[in-house]
Amino acid sequence: MSEKELGKKWDRCLADGVIKLGTGLGLGIVFSVLFFKRRTWPISLGSGAGLGMAYANCQNNLRSHYLQHRIEAVCFRTASCW
Amino acid sequence: MLGVCLRGAHATVRKNCVRSPLTPLQSYRCYSTSRSSGASRVVALGLVTVGGGVGGTLLYSKWDPKFRAAVEKNVPYSDWLLGLALGPAPEDARLPVRKQVELNQPPSMLDKPKTDPKAKSQKSVKEAAEASGPESSLVPPPPAQSIQEASAEATQIISAISEVPSVPATCDSEAAAETAAVASAEPLKERPVDEVTARLVQQDQEEEKLLASLSSRLEDSLASSAKATLQAIGAQEVALQAVTQHTRKLKDAMEAEAPSDEKSTQWKELEAALAERTAAVKDATTTLSKANEALEGLKSVINQAKGQKVAAARPLILAAEENLHQMVVDLDKVVSKVRSAESEAKVVSQYTELVNEAKQQFQREVSSLTPEIQANWKGLTGKLSVDDLNALIAHAHRRIDQLNRELAEQRVREQIHIEAALEQQKVEDHKVLDAAVTTAMGHVKEEARLNLEQKLAELREVMEAEMRTQLRRQAAAHTDHVRDVLKVQEQELRAEAEQVLNSKILDQETRYRQLTQEQLDNFTLDMNAAYARLKGIEEAIDSHAVAEETAREAHQLWLSVEALSYALKSAGADSPSMPLEDAAEAVRASCHDDFCSALASALPQESLQRGVYSEASLRARFNALRSLARRVALIDESRNSLYQYFLSYLQAALLFEDQQEAPPSQLSGADLDPFKLLSYASYCLEHGDLELAAKLVNQLRGEARRVVEDWLTEARLTLETRQVVSLLSAYANAAGLGTTQAP
Repeated sequence: MSEKELGKKWDRCLADGVIKLGTGLGLGIVFSVLFFKRRTWPISLGSGAGLGMAYANCQNNLRSHYLQHRIEAVCFRTASCW
Repeated sequence: MLGVCLRGAHATVRKNCVRSPLTPLQSYRCYSTSRSSGASRVVALGLVTVGGGVGGTLLYSKWDPKFRAAVEKNVPYSDWLLGLALGPAPEDARLPVRKQVELNQPPSMLDKPKTDPKAKSQKSVKEAAEASGPESSLVPPPPAQSIQEASAEATQIISAISEVPSVPATCDSEAAAETAAVASAEPLKERPVDEVTARLVQQDQEEEKLLASLSSRLEDSLASSAKATLQAIGAQEVALQAVTQHTRKLKDAMEAEAPSDEKSTQWKELEAALAERTAAVKDATTTLSKANEALEGLKSVINQAKGQKVAAARPLILAAEENLHQMVVDLDKVVSKVRSAESEAKVVSQYTELVNEAKQQFQREVSSLTPEIQANWKGLTGKLSVDDLNALIAHAHRRIDQLNRELAEQRVREQIHIEAALEQQKVEDHKVLDAAVTTAMGHVKEEARLNLEQKLAELREVMEAEMRTQLRRQAAAHTDHVRDVLKVQEQELRAEAEQVLNSKILDQETRYRQLTQEQLDNFTLDMNAAYARLKGIEEAIDSHAVAEETAREAHQLWLSVEALSYALKSAGADSPSMPLEDAAEAVRASCHDDFCSALASALPQESLQRGVYSEASLRARFNALRSLARRVALIDESRNSLYQYFLSYLQAALLFEDQQEAPPSQLSGADLDPFKLLSYASYCLEHGDLELAAKLVNQLRGEARRVVEDWLTEARLTLETRQVVSLLSAYANAAGLGTTQAP
């Protein structure tokens, strides 16, 4: 179902986001704990990085369809694609 | 007429009233008096009219009998009235002519065979007299009667002998003409044959009755007379016996010289015999008288029978007469025998008387001589004295002398005495002879008459037989002639009939041939028609079969299409329908032309394998999709970042459009807004127009388009399938309609 794709994407996004955030947070925490003497900046960095990565992923995911088309279209136009 | 009277009465009333008007009392009076006078006048007029009508009817009916008859027929009780007034209606106008004609031939009707023409003619006389009696007032005159009688006799003789109905002889017709001429005013009636035969039968019966009565009477009288005669004869014989016995006894008594006691018994016997004789003689005389009476009676009966002149009784009469004669003869014989015996007895009695007288004389003489001696002197032998004896002897001598003298005298006179006696005897003999002769002659005459009668009867019979044979010959000749004539006629008729028959047969044959030909033609026509019809029927049947086949196929197709559409309907709320493969296969199987098979194969694969969604499910799905599509309305190729997503979401949250909006017939640029499109599509979906909705949805671009892509495909699939199915069903319907025969 095409309409479910968006939902799925959003689920993935969310899940990804959560994971990435969690991971970032976790890494941040870890790093902050481990390496950065419990500063908060690695946590925020990590969570932020995580969130950002998630956001980028999500966006990428959501854009993926159009990009593919573009690539195909580009490929078609230039006729040199791998 | 009554109306006129009434009107007149009214007019008079009015006039009267007008003349003397005004006061109510007066007017009432006027009314009443005028009414009463008018009423009485009306009544009088009515009576006069009725009386006049009746009188006129009577007069006219008196004058015209036909009118009278008509009135009598139509008006009930009028015949009684008319009879009272005018007397009985004349009815003899019709009959006299017929009777006149018919009585001219009375003898011709008498064609029954009769044995005695004389009796028959007498009967015809009687009949004619009877016939003419009631019918006419005139008595037929004797000459005509005698002629009629003779002619009747002649015709009867002719008709009596032969079986052929007789034609009246010319003399007969002459007699009839004379009769007619003489008794012209006689209305005579020819009796019909059966009446004549009835009359004849009746006469026969009467004759028979008469005959029977006569014969019975004769027989009775014969029997009685025979009995009486036999009785008389018996009695006479008995008397004869008695007389002869008596005479014999007397003779014996006279001649025998028996002792006295025997003599006394003899005398006693004699007395008894005498008594017997007298009794027998008396008895004989009485019986003789009775027999004579009976014979007289018989004779009278015979004479009566003769007087009645019945033909068949003649032999009976003859026989009776013969019997009578015989009896008379026997009786006479016996009577004569008795008489002779009686005469002999008389002689003997005379002799005995003489002897007795002599004895008496002698006795007297002896008693005069010897008074003491009794009559019976033969037994007195020892009682007589000598004197007495001498006296007796002397007397005896004297007596002997006397007797001798007398004897001599007697001898002398012997001849004379003998002659005298002979004369006497002759005279007596004559008398007896005469008597005997007369009786014998009477008997002989009677016998001769009887013989004559017998001979006459025989002769008559012979003559009759001869006459019969002659007439039979005549009849035979007549029958031969008639037979010949008939034969000739028969041949002629046969020839004619054969001719007619042949012509008829020819006609019939031609007609028959014609008819058969017609029938054959008709038959061939019918056969041809039938054959043509049969052919037509066969063709019709074949075409029917073909049509039925096509119809069946169409039906089959329609059924399969229906199955297909039903299969389409089997889609659940969210699930697709069953795979349409089988139904499509069935449709393909029942397809017999390219269009159908093309259509059947035009079904999308997806629908075949997976089935299609129903419109309802699509609708529901769209409703869900719509919100999603709204949310991603802003996203397309160029704007597809997350921020755009957020904006699009915001837009969706903040933008309000009509839930459903009717799409315009032509989409303008502004209408390509996704929200508008979605509302249009919603509207279309709500109104069941999936196609338009799909078209509208198809206008979505970007992410919205991507989101509704599946739905669109599904919708497209459904639409396609539906289209194909509807085409198929339309086609099936059309095919079905095409195959159904229009009435």
